[in-house]
Order: sequence, then structure tokens, then C-alpha cells
Amino acid sequence: MEKRSRLSASDADLALREARRLLTPRIERPERRAFLTRTLSLGGLALLSGCEITGQAGVEQALSAVSRFNDKVQGWLFDPDALAPTYPASMITRPFPFNAYYGVEDAPEVNEADYRLEIAGRVADRRPWRLADLRALPQAEQITRHICVEGWSAIGRWGGVRFSDFLARIGADTGARYVGFKCADDYYTSIDMATALHPQTLLTLSYDGRTLPREYGFPMKLRMPTKLGYKNPKHVQAIFVTNAYPGGYWEDQGYNWFGGS
Amino acid sequence: MSPTAVPAIHPPASRLPPVHPAWVRMSHALNALAVLVMVASGWRIYNASPLFGFTFPEAVTLGGWLAGALQWHFAAMWLLAGNGAAYLALNLATGRLFRRFLPLSPRGVLRDLAAALRGRLAHDDPRRYNQVQRLAYLFVMVDVALLVVSGLVLWKSVQFGMLRELMGGYEMARRVHFAAMAALVGFVVVHLAMVALVPRTLRAMVLGR
Repeated sequence: MEKRSRLSASDADLALREARRLLTPRIERPERRAFLTRTLSLGGLALLSGCEITGQAGVEQALSAVSRFNDKVQGWLFDPDALAPTYPASMITRPFPFNAYYGVEDAPEVNEADYRLEIAGRVADRRPWRLADLRALPQAEQITRHICVEGWSAIGRWGGVRFSDFLARIGADTGARYVGFKCADDYYTSIDMATALHPQTLLTLSYDGRTLPREYGFPMKLRMPTKLGYKNPKHVQAIFVTNAYPGGYWEDQGYNWFGGS
Repeated sequence: MSPTAVPAIHPPASRLPPVHPAWVRMSHALNALAVLVMVASGWRIYNASPLFGFTFPEAVTLGGWLAGALQWHFAAMWLLAGNGAAYLALNLATGRLFRRFLPLSPRGVLRDLAAALRGRLAHDDPRRYNQVQRLAYLFVMVDVALLVVSGLVLWKSVQFGMLRELMGGYEMARRVHFAAMAALVGFVVVHLAMVALVPRTLRAMVLGR
């Protein structure tokens, strides 16, 4: 809400964002159509062409059902004590790759002075946080492997506040099912509570010893070496704890929700 | 069932048990489907971030885009692994693994390979695999097992930490997974060529005799 009103101050910026919001589904749709066409052209499934619409919807539904089943399996497999491997500084990938659904020049510019991390949902203390206050909390650091859903991986060094410490500090209901994130680049995603409480899940404020740069998610990202890259939100503006499934930007388009590693 | 009807349905010549029992034919069909889906969707996933200097033509891939390919891959994996496990369990329990695929010796393989290349390898008994077939089929069992294990590491590299170390880390597991896929595709090419040369083997794998 607050983000909206702030954005309307800059008409050009707002228009650009609206255009992207409107265009994104149209860009995605031809790909999805291609996905369905190819789905049916392979493996003799073309026989279903007599009932094309229901056939395609049926296949898509079945695949989504298996994906939701795989979410459950990943929840069962998830070991809260299993740590992702850590690496020496000499193994850090340089330069660490930039990756988003837009080019690096379109990464959002967040003003530190105006920035407030908003807290919502099943949380006792919903006061917003300034960056300076987050930096004043006890800090941790990790050198871990970031694995992208595309297959590539890169090793980076992130620092910040242990997310489990932060959740305890704000009095989050850790019995709730999900933690959701809203970002300055209109990205959004959500994670399971078990991963939120994992010791390597980091409310990240720095990269490689310096303030988290814009291309890696300034002012703050959530770093989880137990999840694929797209589950690690950048430019986080709001965190909320909920029992209602919040979905995510890529997840709503067909990427697996749990996205664990 | 009337005894007089039996000769008409089962001529005396086929009183022998089928070349392949029904469970083998069933699991072979399911495995063929699983491999087709896994390989075609796997190629689309590979294209999202090619390991080597080439990509697979989109026309022979499955899924249309990365998310679709991943959905196919992570659905068909259950079929591949479940069917494969059932096949191996039945193969062991019935003793078929030892009867059909063993014994196997390097000398025997070389002898049968040389005979095959000279066009002198007999196919008179489809119930008996020659040494090259035994090696090829045992190899493909191990290869699919390697695909499953390396695939588990790619899917859940943190949760399967021991398997990850066994594979030499996440990035090495990608290469192992690719190499095992390439070996499987190589097997399929040779396998289909041999079926084309001896078509009654296809009949036996579909109908049992």
C-alpha cells in the first residue's frame, strides 16, 4: 500500500511498472501455449486432439497436482539440521552473476533514508524497521552455493541477521505455515516455516563484506542455501507471516513452490 | 473354462512360457515411456543453462519452457524410479536377474561381439541372451540407477549430502547426470537398431511370444 502511494509520485516510473505488469502475462502466455502444444504433440498424446481444450487442461492440471505433491515430499525430506556446504573465500565466483526477470539496469533503486522494512501478519511486534536498526542486530556470515533453477550454480558470500533470530525478535508465530515476501521490483514469493527457521537462512544486508549492492538486492534479500535462487527474494520491502498460501511470482506461473535444494 | 477350448486358444507350440513374463513387458513399456519423457524434458532443462557448447533443438524437447519441462521431469521421475525399483525387486525375487543376465565374462562378450560383427550370431533362442546383450542390459540397469542417484543430488543437493559428496559435489553431479543420459541415449539407439534388425524381438516384448 505504502509502496503504491510512493510510486505515484513518479508518473514515469509508475507507467513503466504498469506496462510491465500488463505485458508480462502476455509475454508468458505464448510460451505456455507452446508448452501445451508440444505437450500434446509428443508421445502420441496428439490422439487427444478431439477434445483438445479439456485434454490440455487435464495434462496441465495433472502436472500441477504432481508439483504440489512434490512440495509435500520436499517438506518431508527437509532436514532442519542439514546444513548446506560452506566454502573458502578463494572459491567465491567472481563476478557473481546477476539474475532476475529484467536486465541489471532495471534493478530497483531503493533510497536508504526512506526505506522501512514492513512487518505484517501473525507477528506480535509489527513496527517497521530501518536499515540501521537491522545492521545493529547480531550479524552472521556464510559462503555458500547459490543454485539456480536453470541448473547453473555460483558461490557467494553473504552477511546479515539470522532469520530465525529476527523472527523470534519480532514475535512471529513460528507455528504458522508460511512466510511471505514483497519486493521493490514487484517480485513476491513465500517459503515454508521450517526453512524460515533453518540456521543458514539469512536476512542478508551485505555481500562480500560490503553493503549489499543494488544488483544483488539492496537494501535486503533473504538468502537460503537450502532453496533454489528464485526462492531467495531481493529488494525485500515487506515480510508477512500467514497460514494462507501466498504463492509467488514464478510459482504462480508453474515453477515448483517449495523449490528446495 | 472348458478343456476342449484350450488347444484352439493355445496351440501346442506355444505351451512354453512366454519369452518375457507379463510383468517384464509391462515394466518395459512403462520404462520406455518414462525414459522418453525424462530425456525430452531433460533436454529442455539443459537448454536453460547449457553445460557444453550446444543446445538441443526445441522440436525434440518436451515442456515448451523451463517450468513446463521441470514439471514433466519431476513427474516422470516417480514413474522411472518406482517402475525401476519394482523391476529390480521382481528380477531379484524371481531369480530372473541371475538366469537371464549371468554368467557374464569379458571373453564371452568379445567372442559374441566378434560373431555379431561377422553376422554370425544366432538368434534361434530368444529366451537366451548372448553375452553382448547381457552386458548391455546390465549396463543400462546400472546407468539408470546412476541417473536416479545423480538426479537426486541435483534435485536436493543439501538434503542428500552424502550422495552429493559421492558424486563429487553439485557441479560434478550435473556432468555425471549428463554423461549417464548420453550413455542411455546411446544404448537406446543401438537397442532400436537391433530391434529393427530382428523385429520378432519387438513382438516378444509386446505380446510375450
